[in-house]
Amino acid sequence: MTRLTFKALTIALALVLLGSSPQAQTPALTVPHTQFTLPNGLNVILHRDTSVPVVAVNVWYHVGSANERVGRTGFAHLFEHVMFEGSMHVPEGSFDTWLEAAGANNNGSTNTDRTNYYIDLPANALDLALFLESDRMGFLLDDKAPGKVDGQRDVVKNEKRQSVDNQPYGQAFVELSSLLYPPGHPYSWPVIGSMEDLSAASFEDVARFFRTYYVPNNASLVIAGDIDLANTRKLVEKWFDDVPRGKPVPPLAPPSAVLDGVKRKTIADRVQLPRLYLAWHTPGLLKPGDATMDIIANLLSSGKNSRLYRRLVYDLQIAQDVSAFQQSQALGSNFVIIATARPGQGLDKIQAVIDEELDKLRKEMPAAREMTRALNQTEASFYRNMERVGGFGGKADQLNAYFKSAGTPDFFDKDLARYRAVTAAEVQAAVDRYLPKDRRVELSVIPGDKK
Amino acid sequence: MKKTLILLCALATSISLSAQQPDRKLPPPIGPAPSLKLPAIQKHKLSNGLAVWIVEHHEVPLAQVNLIVRSGSAADPIGKYGVGSLTAAMLDEGAGGRSSLDLADAIEFLGANLSTTSSFDGSSVRMSVPVSKLSEALPLMADVALRPSFPAAELDRLRQERLTSLLQARDNVGALVQLAFPRIVFGPTHRYGTSANGLPAAIEALTVADLQAFYGAHFRPDNATLLVVGDLTPTTALPMLEKAFGGWQSTGMAALVAEVPNAPQLGKRQVYLVDKPEAAQSQIRIGWVGVPRSTPDYAVLEVLNTVLGGSFTSRLNQNLREKNGYAYGASSGFDMRLSAGPFLAAAGVQTDKTADALREFFNELNGMLTLVPAEELNKAKNYVALGFPGEFETTGDMARKLEELVIYNLPESTFSSFVPGVTAVTAADVQRAAARFIQPERMAVVIVGDLKVIEGPIRALNLGPITHVPIDNLFR
Repeated sequence: MTRLTFKALTIALALVLLGSSPQAQTPALTVPHTQFTLPNGLNVILHRDTSVPVVAVNVWYHVGSANERVGRTGFAHLFEHVMFEGSMHVPEGSFDTWLEAAGANNNGSTNTDRTNYYIDLPANALDLALFLESDRMGFLLDDKAPGKVDGQRDVVKNEKRQSVDNQPYGQAFVELSSLLYPPGHPYSWPVIGSMEDLSAASFEDVARFFRTYYVPNNASLVIAGDIDLANTRKLVEKWFDDVPRGKPVPPLAPPSAVLDGVKRKTIADRVQLPRLYLAWHTPGLLKPGDATMDIIANLLSSGKNSRLYRRLVYDLQIAQDVSAFQQSQALGSNFVIIATARPGQGLDKIQAVIDEELDKLRKEMPAAREMTRALNQTEASFYRNMERVGGFGGKADQLNAYFKSAGTPDFFDKDLARYRAVTAAEVQAAVDRYLPKDRRVELSVIPGDKK
Repeated sequence: MKKTLILLCALATSISLSAQQPDRKLPPPIGPAPSLKLPAIQKHKLSNGLAVWIVEHHEVPLAQVNLIVRSGSAADPIGKYGVGSLTAAMLDEGAGGRSSLDLADAIEFLGANLSTTSSFDGSSVRMSVPVSKLSEALPLMADVALRPSFPAAELDRLRQERLTSLLQARDNVGALVQLAFPRIVFGPTHRYGTSANGLPAAIEALTVADLQAFYGAHFRPDNATLLVVGDLTPTTALPMLEKAFGGWQSTGMAALVAEVPNAPQLGKRQVYLVDKPEAAQSQIRIGWVGVPRSTPDYAVLEVLNTVLGGSFTSRLNQNLREKNGYAYGASSGFDMRLSAGPFLAAAGVQTDKTADALREFFNELNGMLTLVPAEELNKAKNYVALGFPGEFETTGDMARKLEELVIYNLPESTFSSFVPGVTAVTAADVQRAAARFIQPERMAVVIVGDLKVIEGPIRALNLGPITHVPIDNLFR
């Protein structure tokens, strides 16, 4: 009943807005593309955008740290590093040297669910990028590979020292993973892994991982930018047709992850100020409720008027910062709230205010203007994300992301529609259902000697 | 059904092409490089003389509007380091009769992103907004830029935020080295020796009057340029811009901004150590006073730095990361400002390899003094020249490139002459520039790390006199 009344209200408001600015028509968010599959199972997606004479080559392998086994954590990411060290027809060091000589930038990244690689380069050098991508997809391992694994093992350990061990509060996310998930669950360990497991990774592990997961039928290739579609298709067929197909990759069957009470933990770190982390299990990527949790994150911590920022940082000034976000993942997401205390302030007070604000959302729907503000920000961010063709998060990367998670590359408009459809009543219901006070992780990091 | 069809088509095509086997023996040749066609900068003036530069960019329905003021932290008076930065940060904390919260709500409601920041050389109000909301957003931006009210309560809030950030810097080796290195190279009085945000004593003493004085002296139409990039034309945009910014008038005299003097160059190599017990890595910075943006050697130094530490395959990264595995990455750079900013080589290295890493840093710095081999030079030149078009991709990118022209008073031909300039660089040019701008025996070596582990091996390297810098000294 309330829900209907509210809907009528928002529609009225939207009409008024349209009336006040007649030119405000929302352009369709569409990325025209061609899609085909090679006989070896490689999914190929082509998108033409001639705004700058640049081409983005983007490859996703549908493997991440969730596919690792206990005792080999951090392996998917270590493997990603080995992918840049040359392949059967590309001497060690040449991958980057040849690309830089062509004016290209490239990188890769690993998360729980996937590993992605991009090469952004001048349109004239596309052939080189496809040669390099196809060679490492089909023929990564040669007799030099064991030494490459050792070299990158040291680099990755330093990446861990730099981005986790030497970072204030760096241990918190490691703790969160193991508090949220039961031992053996694919999300119970951090993507970077442990030093012991990184040391234990062998060349045999690399070879097995390559044969199992780095196969064309477990990958997708996007080429976007200043390309000729027919010619690019021929180039793809030339370079990738001889990459051998692998066995189908069986889907993961994780044990269920539920919290049946509050899991509380306090750890010490060499920091000046205490920091609180609250975390819950929430609906997986693109599942019903996922977009609602993104909107809730916006209502809680995006901008000065957001509920938690306004109370903790702006009004009471008992926190230095606060953030809330939905970490969307394939096998199930997490909603996380993080706040750092101001000098002399305690985490108990901060947690009490957070709970007050969550209770308010549980009891009363957010106002129409608040919902519209969140939606308008979301909509504008969709347009900003359409501006860049390459790199992480550019159009090429997004096409691959949608292909993996939604089964179709041009999911931009449908994705935005998920957010447009979120109602205030759904927000209220989702806070009640997914962010309960009595089933969550409460992690405190306090100043002290790191163990 | 549809999927099966696509698959069949793919099969048919691949059969017809199966004769074409890829030749993997050599990397495929690269065609002639595409040329970058930069859109025109359409220059106009509003009725009050404010310069407006418009670049049409019709790919996505967005507009980027940046108001650039040609004064930044370098104009901070002695004793008030941090005032310029805090002035910029306070612009959207109350303006045009609206409170901080009301402004934020109005801006976010339009889906606009608005930021108010400054650097040593300039201050800026930047806004990205869906072009359909531009006419509603411009008056808000103009309030922020032209009519800030500097409420005392908001100043106190930002002050506490900044003091707390400086307290948190003590946790982080990366933050500590960023405070230590400029302090050591430029000293405590030169403006570049203190971070743009300033240090606790000055931040605590800054008043609303200080901020108003800075604002009044520098935020004036004759010291500013409005940059507009996006899905619009001068015909549609200029009337809106005139309405929002055309009434802006200067009051009083324009400030006579003294140029920041070039800092005295360092004389002999010295080592400075900051203790951070139990640090998993040491943060290393090696450098000295570099060059201003106006240097005639700009293109040469871009190429030189690309060879040394400006790309993945650069010598420093290859050595410290790929060859030795001491670091996740190593880099170098010339921070070019209106006056000579720092040159620095940098890495975080694992604690027990700190001295080994230092030795390799100096091997590579010294290596720049001999002629760079032709193939390596060409790779670096291509990387810089061919990557240049990518710097103009988005509305935000394009506006940032225009800012360079405004802040450093560069001719429009700067962009079109950059690629030819890079192409013309020779190995002899690089060697000559290295001899002048890379003198490793005169550089400061600044290390933040666990001294009980790293100091002995560092001493054994005999790099020069060693000074211990107490952490507290970095904050005063």
